This record gives sequence, C-alpha cells and structure tokens, in this order.
Amino acid sequence: MTLSETQSPLLRICALTKRFGGFTALHSVSVDIRPGERFGLIGPNGSGKTTLINCISGAFRTEPGTILFRDEDITRLQPHMRTRRGIARSFQIPRPFRSMTVAENLMVALDFAAGEHVSMTQRRDTMMSILDQMGLGSKVNASTTRLSQVELRKMELARAMATRPKLLISDEAMAGLSSSEVDEVLDLLLSLASRDITIIMIEHIMQAVMRFSERVMCLDAGRIIAIGTPSEVMADKRVQEAYLGT
Amino acid sequence: MKRDGIAFWTGAVVFLAAVLVMTQVVGNQYPFFAGYVILQSIALAVAWSILGGYAGYVNFGTSAFYGVGVYASVFLVSAFGAPLPVQILTGAAIGAVMGLALGLLTLRMQGIFFSIATIALTIVIETTVTNWRYVGGAAGIQIQRPAVTPPFDSYVQMLFFVQAVLVVLAVAISRYIHNSWIGRGLQALRDDELAAECTGVPTLRLKLLACVISGALMCAVGAPAAMYLQYADPGSAFNLNYSVTTLAMSLIGGTAHWAGPIIGAILLGTTQQVLTVTISSEVNLLVLGLMLVLFVVGAPEGIVGLIYKLRGNQKEGEI
Repeated sequence: MTLSETQSPLLRICALTKRFGGFTALHSVSVDIRPGERFGLIGPNGSGKTTLINCISGAFRTEPGTILFRDEDITRLQPHMRTRRGIARSFQIPRPFRSMTVAENLMVALDFAAGEHVSMTQRRDTMMSILDQMGLGSKVNASTTRLSQVELRKMELARAMATRPKLLISDEAMAGLSSSEVDEVLDLLLSLASRDITIIMIEHIMQAVMRFSERVMCLDAGRIIAIGTPSEVMADKRVQEAYLGT
Repeated sequence: MKRDGIAFWTGAVVFLAAVLVMTQVVGNQYPFFAGYVILQSIALAVAWSILGGYAGYVNFGTSAFYGVGVYASVFLVSAFGAPLPVQILTGAAIGAVMGLALGLLTLRMQGIFFSIATIALTIVIETTVTNWRYVGGAAGIQIQRPAVTPPFDSYVQMLFFVQAVLVVLAVAISRYIHNSWIGRGLQALRDDELAAECTGVPTLRLKLLACVISGALMCAVGAPAAMYLQYADPGSAFNLNYSVTTLAMSLIGGTAHWAGPIIGAILLGTTQQVLTVTISSEVNLLVLGLMLVLFVVGAPEGIVGLIYKLRGNQKEGEI
C-alpha cells in the first residue's frame, strides 16, 4: 500500500446522480481522488465527463449524492465558495473575460480567490510569475480577443492557477491543438502536478492521457465502466467497446 | 493611481466652486432651470451605469427609482415638513432597500428577463402611487417650497447646487467602483457569469451591491425634483422617458469607463434642452431616437469605446 492510499482523499464523490428532466446524465457515480494525484477522466462524447466536472465545481446542483473536499461537505456550496476552498477549473470551450486583458483576467482571480491581506505589489508579482511559468509573460497586456487558441487555453490555466487551487480540473485543454501544442500544454500540467497540485484531466487525446495519468476513469452513459492504471483501463473490453462500438 | 485621484478631486472642487460662483453671479433664472435638468441627467446616467454598464444588467426601472425618490420627498414634506437634506437621505435609504428587494427578486434572471421585470416594477409602483390619495393620487399634488437658505437667492439656484453635489457624489462612487475589485468583479460577471463564479467572484452578492448603490443614488437624485417643480404627479414622476433617456445617455457615452455616462448625459441633455427651447419638446425625442440608432450602428461601445478604438489603432500604427 502506497502512502497516498493511506491518506484521506482530497475529493470524495459519493453516489452522485444528475438528472436533466427525464434524462439521467450521471448514475450514482462514486470515486475518491487522492491528494497530489494525476487523474485522467475519459469517455465517449456525451458520457457525462463535463457534467461530472460541473457538479464538482458547483455549476450544476446535484440531487442525490454528496461531494466532500478535504473532508468538508461542499455539495450545497456555490461555485465561488468552492473556488475559494481550492477547486479551480478550465472550460472545454475557453471562457475568458473578453473585455479584459490577460493581466486583468488574472487579477480577478487574485482579487477574489487568493485570500485577503495581499498587497497590490505582491499580487502583480504572483501574476507575473504565473504568466511566465505558462509562457504568457509577453502577453500580459494583450486583450484576450487577440490570443491564439493555445494561448487562450494557457490563459485559462493561468487564471485557474491564480486562485491558488489544491485541485485543478482541466476540461479538454488540448482540444483542437496541434501535436506540438498538445505537448506544450501537457508539460505545463505535469509541471503543475509536480508542485503538489492534484489534477483531474479530461481528454480525448489518448497519448496525452496515457502519458499524464497515474489513474484513469472511464465513463459511459453516466456510469463508471472502468477505473485503474492507464494500461488497465485501455485493456478493458468495455472501454474498447464504448470507444469503438461493437 | 494617486495622481489620478488628486486630479479627480481637484476637478470636483473646481466644478462645485464654479457652480457656487454661478449661483452668486448669474441673475437670470433660466440657466439654473435648464442646468438642473442636465445635472440630474448626469447623476441618473452615472447611477444607472453602475448596474447597467459595469454589470451589464440593463435596468429599465430608472423611472421607478426616480419616481419613488420624488414621492418620498412629497410624503416627507406633506407629513412632517422635512427639510431637503432629510428628503435626499431618506430617498437614498428607500432606494437602497428597493434596490435590494428588486435585486433579490430579479437578479437570478438574466438578459431581457431582468429588463422586463424592471419595467414591471415601474408599472406596479406607479399604479400604487396613483391610488394613494395622501400624496395626491392621479391628480398630483402641489408642494410649497420653504424659505431659501443663504447664500442662495432663489430655491432653484440652491437646488442647482445640491444637484451638482449629488453629481460629484455619484461620479466619485462610480469611479471608486470602476477602479476597485468591485468593478473588476462586475466586469468579469458581465463578460461571463459562470467563469466569474469559477474564478471566485460572488456574482449574486456583487450584483445585489450594484443594485443597492445604483438604486440609492437614483432615488436620491429624484428626491429634490419635487421641490424643483413644486408639483408631483405619477404620470410625470414615473415617466418611462427617464428610463429610456438615462439608458441612451449611458450607452451613447459608453460604459467601459466611468466618464462615459457623464459625456453622454452632457451631450444628450444639452441637445435636448436646446431643442426643447428652440424647436419643440417633441422633436427632442426624435433626435434621441436618431442618435441612439446612429450610435448603435456606428459606435456600439459609445463615445468612450470610440476613443479607445482610435487610441488602439494609433498605438498599432506606431509599432
């Protein structure tokens, strides 16, 4: 048994169900995410990956089911309260604050989520160090409407990082990127993970999932069909069927 | 930042001093009558833009808040003979409570649904006041002005100065919000409410705050109007024109900067006054409509947006 398995989970999802009218998007999903873990979430389109993320980040209210974060029940908390407790996310389709510059986007996070009693100079230093780390240092005063797709993805990750997350959820941050850009973003996520940030990565690009994840969970039609090491999950017949069809 | 602040407050003091000197030097009463209306427009547009501009929640309820301010004064004068400062402060307090109530009831709605709810609010309050006999009902009510306080010679001159103080107050608050974390939060939620929440912005609380401040200011601006006209009736006090012109002034000026609504209100307010005197009060509505169409097509971000755009192009040209 490894050390991380003996620790209490960072995020515990218990019997989570989400319905949209008569359609059940998630059927009693339960999973534990360990502190510092690199967790891959895969599944065909419409399998409930983003719905699960929306439930964790608070964008959707869940009916039956509970979500515990660092042993605290956050099921009823509003999204901004969850962000302040350390859950940050990026979006499948980037959602920057379009009327703002890159710097202002990060300042919003620093103003509202990074804790009080931080001076303006300290905030600017933090912002610059995050942007440099993300390779966006030269774009600090650029309007977000002028960023390329990969820059937008990085900006979203930078904004999420500015909230000082303990858990970062990356929702298809590599979709639509070239293979060199995919490697760039993947390296970024790996470097964040090496700093004790737990990361849940939703991705369709299998190479990236295999390289990144310590553990992978596969959803299909709102149910967990496999969970384990990347190679175990890839070898699972049900996963192959879900992706390729029978 | 600090230099900006000094420049702003120096400007504000110079403006108030100029207004005070004007009341002492100019004998003709007309400039004060016309100037009061323009100042009132500026204060309303600035107050409106706190919710409508920064947060992007288009409020058609300006006339509801303004009218409540007017009738708060009417009630206070009829019941207690309350002095002007009490009327304004009570107006602001009622406006804040009304803003909070409106916010709690409607701010979960977005876009056009919020706007429709604010129109409904105006109609509900106007109907209530129309049926309230104590404040004159549908027929309206005459109000006697008390004696004027020195150094002013006439009550309208005094109201002109008071409205100038309200303008400075409204602009100072709006400027503070624009430059602070509150402004950044409102701008973030205007761009994308879910992304703002997920970045830690308490969107509902910030919207409520904007609604309370905006409502308090609008009611405070309406409070002296009863004394200005010496008469109030529901049809005028709750006239939807206030909502439309205020919105037009903010949008034409531009809501990306706190100065936008001031520029829009001066431009539109002055044009309206000139047209009312030289041609007719009906023509000024036509001009308002034309200007709104022109700006929506030619400069959707308003005058401030146009300036930003020109500056941006210039910078790119330099590179």
